[in-house]
Amino acid sequence: MSVSVALEVNGRAVSLELDPRTLLVELLRRELRLTGTHVGCDTSQCGACVVHVDGRAVKSCTMLAVQAAGAKVTTIEGLAQGDQLHPVQAAFRNCHGLQCGYCTPGMIMTTVDLLRRNPNPTEHEIREGLEGNICRCTGYQNIVRAVAEAAVALREAPAASASA
Amino acid sequence: MYAFNYVRAGSVSEAVQAVPGGNFLAGGMTLLPSLKLRLARPDQLVDLAGIPGLAGIEEVGGRIVIGAMTRHIDVASSALVRAKIPALADLAGGIGDPLVRNRGTIGGSIANNDPSADYPAAVVGFDATIITDRREIPAAAFFTGLFSTALQPGELVLRVSFPIVHRAAYVKFPSPASRYAMVGVMVVQAGKDVRVVVTGAGPCVFRLPAFEQALAANFSAAALEGLTVPADGLNQDLHGTAEYRAHLVPVMAGRAVAQAQGR
Repeated sequence: MSVSVALEVNGRAVSLELDPRTLLVELLRRELRLTGTHVGCDTSQCGACVVHVDGRAVKSCTMLAVQAAGAKVTTIEGLAQGDQLHPVQAAFRNCHGLQCGYCTPGMIMTTVDLLRRNPNPTEHEIREGLEGNICRCTGYQNIVRAVAEAAVALREAPAASASA
Repeated sequence: MYAFNYVRAGSVSEAVQAVPGGNFLAGGMTLLPSLKLRLARPDQLVDLAGIPGLAGIEEVGGRIVIGAMTRHIDVASSALVRAKIPALADLAGGIGDPLVRNRGTIGGSIANNDPSADYPAAVVGFDATIITDRREIPAAAFFTGLFSTALQPGELVLRVSFPIVHRAAYVKFPSPASRYAMVGVMVVQAGKDVRVVVTGAGPCVFRLPAFEQALAANFSAAALEGLTVPADGLNQDLHGTAEYRAHLVPVMAGRAVAQAQGR
């Protein structure tokens, strides 16, 4: 059996015939070659595969592509405006909120959703908000700093968050 | 995953007609991992996401009624739930992680009845009513065993109706990786009734009558001193022994009572 799946990815209309078993992350990486979204654990624990579906951060390894039919999907590739990094991306770079970078796309996508819900989080709220994203390099210190810095940047320039 | 057909149902009757030999698909937070591990082999998945009216939270006749497809994030952030049943909002806000809460639903959670799921503790603790496409099931009769419920094949949960109760709290000891409850305890004081409900520790959610009697006489953590739970029959896995879980039950119960007292 194959199913027709039409959705919007990073503002672009996409229409594909897929085996219904295809995961959203497989659609993104294999069919669309958007390899910025990573697969870490493939068991919905690590958060490397986080993308936005209709504005909500979700684990794309635990969602069928067909469940995203009709939805607007945003991946890490869809955050920057041309050469202008999204404020969360810029903050991760400024604070060196990464080492190997494998978890970073998921961390950033989760952070964008977190800061949209809670524009001024405490350190505790940042750590709780990143509970579903695992980094095995950094010990999280610079990641938490990056989120705090991004929160300030977004509060000062709220238009950037609206565009994500 | 084994191959399956995918059906997107447009109505409850369409979903119920399409499901024989298959599974309903709600948020998929447990079903998809099970399929990936080839623990389940449904002929078809019947997606409930396109059925209008299955998600939402309302106050009806002095109760809070939550649609089966309501996501954990929406229960956790509902001003109505926060005002009327704050412990339920807290519980929903602690399920899994934010990304799981963005997809997982109350109907999916209770229909699956994972022994470590949080919602069954609330459904039993508040003595909620489960409304399906064919009947109403009281919480006490709903959860029947490991991954088992009173639901008949093809029966679909539509709503869960909770009484309004302020004095309650849920405290869990989560697995550090999955955030599932190794032990979670819900304490509810509704009038003269006290319910103490444990999830994560055994094959299915269960009540603790001795704890309930002690708290009915004296609603304080001190009333639980000396009460224990036998380790026999409790879960044992790489996260903890049955004895460890037995130890955690009164600890979590005491913390839940202390939290509920503040309400």
